Amino acid sequence: MKGFGTKAVALAAALVLAACSDNEQASAPEGSSDRVKAGFIYVGPVSDGGWTYEHNQGRLAVEAAFGDKVETTFVESVSEGPDAERVLSQMANDGADIIFTTSFGFMNPTVKVAEQFPNVKFEHATGFKRADNLATYSSRFYEGRHVLGLIAGQMTKTNTIGYIASFPIPEVVRGINAAYLAAKSVNPDVQFKIIWVSTWFDPGKEADAAKALIDQGADILMQHTDSPAAMQIAEQRGIFAFGQASDMAAHGPNAQLTSIIDDWAPYYIERVGAVIDGTWSSSDTWGGFNTGMVALAPYGAAVPDDVKAMAEEARIAISEGRLHPFTGPVNKQDGSPWLAAGETADDGTLLGMDFYVEGIEGSLPSGQ
Amino acid sequence: MDATLIGAIIHAILVASTPLVFAGLGALIQERAGVLNLGIEGLMIVGALAGFVVALSGQPLALSVVAAAGAGAALALIFAILVLRLEANPVATGLALTLFGLGVAALFGAQYVGASAPPVKAWSIPVLSDIPVLGRALFAHDPLVYGSVLLAIMLWWFLNKTRGGLILRAVGEDHDAAHAMGFSVIGVRFLAICLGGAMAGVGGAYLTLVQTPMFVEGMTAGRGWIALALVVFAAWRPLRVLLGAYLFGSVTILQLHSQALGISIAAQWLSMLPYLATVVALVVISARGVQGTSAPASLGKTFRVSR
Repeated sequence: MKGFGTKAVALAAALVLAACSDNEQASAPEGSSDRVKAGFIYVGPVSDGGWTYEHNQGRLAVEAAFGDKVETTFVESVSEGPDAERVLSQMANDGADIIFTTSFGFMNPTVKVAEQFPNVKFEHATGFKRADNLATYSSRFYEGRHVLGLIAGQMTKTNTIGYIASFPIPEVVRGINAAYLAAKSVNPDVQFKIIWVSTWFDPGKEADAAKALIDQGADILMQHTDSPAAMQIAEQRGIFAFGQASDMAAHGPNAQLTSIIDDWAPYYIERVGAVIDGTWSSSDTWGGFNTGMVALAPYGAAVPDDVKAMAEEARIAISEGRLHPFTGPVNKQDGSPWLAAGETADDGTLLGMDFYVEGIEGSLPSGQ
Repeated sequence: MDATLIGAIIHAILVASTPLVFAGLGALIQERAGVLNLGIEGLMIVGALAGFVVALSGQPLALSVVAAAGAGAALALIFAILVLRLEANPVATGLALTLFGLGVAALFGAQYVGASAPPVKAWSIPVLSDIPVLGRALFAHDPLVYGSVLLAIMLWWFLNKTRGGLILRAVGEDHDAAHAMGFSVIGVRFLAICLGGAMAGVGGAYLTLVQTPMFVEGMTAGRGWIALALVVFAAWRPLRVLLGAYLFGSVTILQLHSQALGISIAAQWLSMLPYLATVVALVVISARGVQGTSAPASLGKTFRVSR
């Protein structure tokens, strides 16, 4: 009986391992060594309709741009942790020339594997640790959040904006602060209700959070999670929402006011091109509206013309560098001064942002 | 907190709990027959996809539910053949069923990603739904919420008040004795597995039909495992599964509402709670040491006629 039990456990473990590794897919035949191999590691499924979907669109754009000169592979639904390290090493061993790791939680695994494979180039999205063969890149999504905040502040009737947040990392906190400051600037009575769901992707939970926010009086929803569940609930309940990462109008034709769209294609094409030309070097890219890496979906029919005009003006001003979403005077939540009048936030503070600005209620959950 | 909000919270709790009720009862009927099926998560997601596809084509809710039940039962049948006929190890087979279900649903579901199904209309019960606060909270739901409660009561009645239920329990408690009395152990377990699979399938379909009318891969997000924990928590009793599901559902929903109200509890603790509660329930059960309240004696054991 004892032997039987051990066997069962071993078999189960083998099955789990097999399942973990079998979602790897190669999109071009193996064995052509003169091609540049680009690997991508995704945190969610390619079909999430949001964050991972857009990264994969970027990968497809690389294939379209370089044709026979590149070969791309990807692994989807990789969990943030030791498993990522295993997947990364395997990809590097399989001869990848450049590997993009597309979630904040892949940072430490990427750093570790980059040390072991000095000849492979690594690119980590939304992180801050770099090395000679490890570059970082991100988009200034907070620029988009600023425009969303302006629209929300003017369109809310209950003065309550619901915000579905994932994890208390700088990227998410920055988005909340940017949206809040913008909303507050056009509507002094605006209030943000924030729910942390501790997941990037769980449509059921995201939907529950959306319902809770609406039941508590929110009439506009923002989200920093990856599925269109909240958009769908907003449509059902007849309120408005902003999409995340991708155009979600299909799930909320009446509800979507606009959506922040991540366009990774220009960056991926540039970086893979640099590997092909042999000009790649480690760098830190943080592009916004000006580079096209952050874009907005078409405004919904419900957005009034004057609001639309104001939103467009802000978008252009940010894009041309005339407007910074974090411009003083701004205090931190505890009342201590952060930015003096006219002062703008430096990138270092923004990248490590771990505080709410003054006026946001509730406390930030302790970091992950 | 005003009365309307309390009503809305109760309403949301019932909705969030309903997939757990169906899946929990589906696991329970199998376990009472002595079958440990760790594939609930896989059965749920296959049901979720099947129900969604039928709903997308504009069919009525009843047909979507039948499709989900059918898909769950069909996948469960594979498990039944492997475990009962070929005597494969049930633990490994169950895990494989989960992985297979998730994979197969992702493969065939890819083409439906991005589509939204029409929302299911609520059946408000006349008179009762006009009661202030509680009326809307309890009696203005979609048909599946009422169905899940009814199913729990029926299962309780079946297990405790009918001859069929007695036979099923006999098979689960002591399959050799049941066999000696002339009952078909394998036959009863086949039926239990298929029925349980159908229930789990409907539980999954609740997600894609009512909770979030769309399909994305992996959207059951661990609910199948909570359902398995729920059965242990409920000490293998149908009505306690119902209560336990509402308890687990409350934890989820209250946590979200407390955050929006500005009361913050670490979300990680609350995600742990169903499993912690299960561990506590197990400790209590074994401390009391009462026979018959704990696991069916033949649970997870392979039955061989030749012995």
